[in-house]
Amino acid sequence: MKYVIIGSGVAGMAAVEAIRSVDGAGEVVMVSEDPHGYYSRPGLAYYLTGELLDKALYLRTREDAKKMKLTFLNARVTRILRTEHALELDGKSRLAYDKLLIAVGSRAVRLEVPGAKLEGVVKLDHMNDAKNILKLAKRGRTAVVVGGGITALELTEGLLARGMKVHYLLRGDRYWSNVLDPRESQIVEKRLKEEGVTLHHHAELVGILEKNGKVGGIRLEDGHTLPCDLVAYAIGIQPCLDLVKDTGLALDRGVLVDERLQTNDPDIYAAGDVAQAFDPLSGRSVLDSLWNPAREQGHTAGLNMAGRRTAYLKSAPFNVTRLAGLTTTIIGAVGHGKDEDVLGIARGDSETWRDLPDAIVAQSGFDVNHMRLLIGEKTLIGAVVMGDQTLSWPLQKMVAGGADISPIREKLMLPDAPIADLIADFWLGWRKQVAL
Amino acid sequence: MSFINVFKSDAKRHTSLASGQVVPDPTRCVQCGICSYNCPIGIDVRAHAWRNEPVKHSECLTCGECVARCPRGVLRFVQTDLFKRRPA
Repeated sequence: MKYVIIGSGVAGMAAVEAIRSVDGAGEVVMVSEDPHGYYSRPGLAYYLTGELLDKALYLRTREDAKKMKLTFLNARVTRILRTEHALELDGKSRLAYDKLLIAVGSRAVRLEVPGAKLEGVVKLDHMNDAKNILKLAKRGRTAVVVGGGITALELTEGLLARGMKVHYLLRGDRYWSNVLDPRESQIVEKRLKEEGVTLHHHAELVGILEKNGKVGGIRLEDGHTLPCDLVAYAIGIQPCLDLVKDTGLALDRGVLVDERLQTNDPDIYAAGDVAQAFDPLSGRSVLDSLWNPAREQGHTAGLNMAGRRTAYLKSAPFNVTRLAGLTTTIIGAVGHGKDEDVLGIARGDSETWRDLPDAIVAQSGFDVNHMRLLIGEKTLIGAVVMGDQTLSWPLQKMVAGGADISPIREKLMLPDAPIADLIADFWLGWRKQVAL
Repeated sequence: MSFINVFKSDAKRHTSLASGQVVPDPTRCVQCGICSYNCPIGIDVRAHAWRNEPVKHSECLTCGECVARCPRGVLRFVQTDLFKRRPA
């Protein structure tokens, strides 16, 4: 059996490990056009801030690959030839497969304004993007960040850490408006200001100005201009579908797969950001751009490719990130609507977070320690925990496990309820019941 | 950190040294490697998180550096009774 995996992200690597757990003899080939192979993409944020070196982000050595009997090819897949069961590499050579996994991920939605192709306009998709940013980020110079979600703040923090003056443009009146509530946006914005970031609300970028063939400034819709040396954008991501267009594989916004991560071609699977996976619980196919679902999907796809029938069960979407230096956990469904700063979904995002049924919001906290609960009829539907993370692990388990919170539901909804204490007490009893 | 807190943190560290081990929650981990990068004795904490295994490394000082530096709250100290004083 010959397994081929396109893409070297976490979904691809999880698939390799899963295949090897079942089939020790088959040939496994990973093809990626990223010369850096498998590294922690979310870790690029900490490389930008200088918290670690690039070499710390690489996750497998040559020896590891050898042990797994994994062949890595640095090549661009130009076509999938389904009838021949082969891939075309770099427009010339062929690579045959018996089972194929498409795990090519997603990429930044391109900025479509005049001047967007100038040197000094940057995004953060890959290791090479991060290296390019560090080359251009000069101490004392000025950067403009445009966009929303987690990546926009990662860029902001990285550029600040490198000594740049940072202006952050927001199209609407607050940051990440469809996931965070106004109070949470305010906490993040206040901290950004304290760090020295200049925020511009209702600021619509309409053009990037040139100076000596490079970025020299930006122009806003209201006519204002701002001189700058670098423009970093994070206006959303989109699954990389170029390769699968015209192959006859079923597509929607991503590659459509069933709960076994199989496409409409029984020998082709898809996992990670590129996959739009069917969720049997909700009956819908959804996109996620999160590390752990990508890992779980890759694992499930790998098992199925190697002949072990396994279903992917989507768990409550959940992410932990740092927003303006504040550790923030987002669990389950917490927001709604559209964010003006992001097209599609943002990296580190899940559509389920905006899939908010009728829920009541209970809130507690002040400044850096903040918790918001979304309370359903009997269960917790979602939670946002900013700052102190003591309760984020229990909340994650309670949302995912559908804990029946009836005994404390009324108390949680009282004005000024001590929700942290109520949750902590409830958790101690509940975890014993479910033996966590 | 104020003067008094230096001692508080030290007291906590001694407790950890005696009876704790570092346990990861792999669902929170994105394998960035800040933990391994900052481990003073070079334990590959990240690999433990990938495999969902507690850090049972014999050389782990339970100094807390990895727990404190992790930007995503992946690591926590869990009490073990390994070194618990037995009744005489």
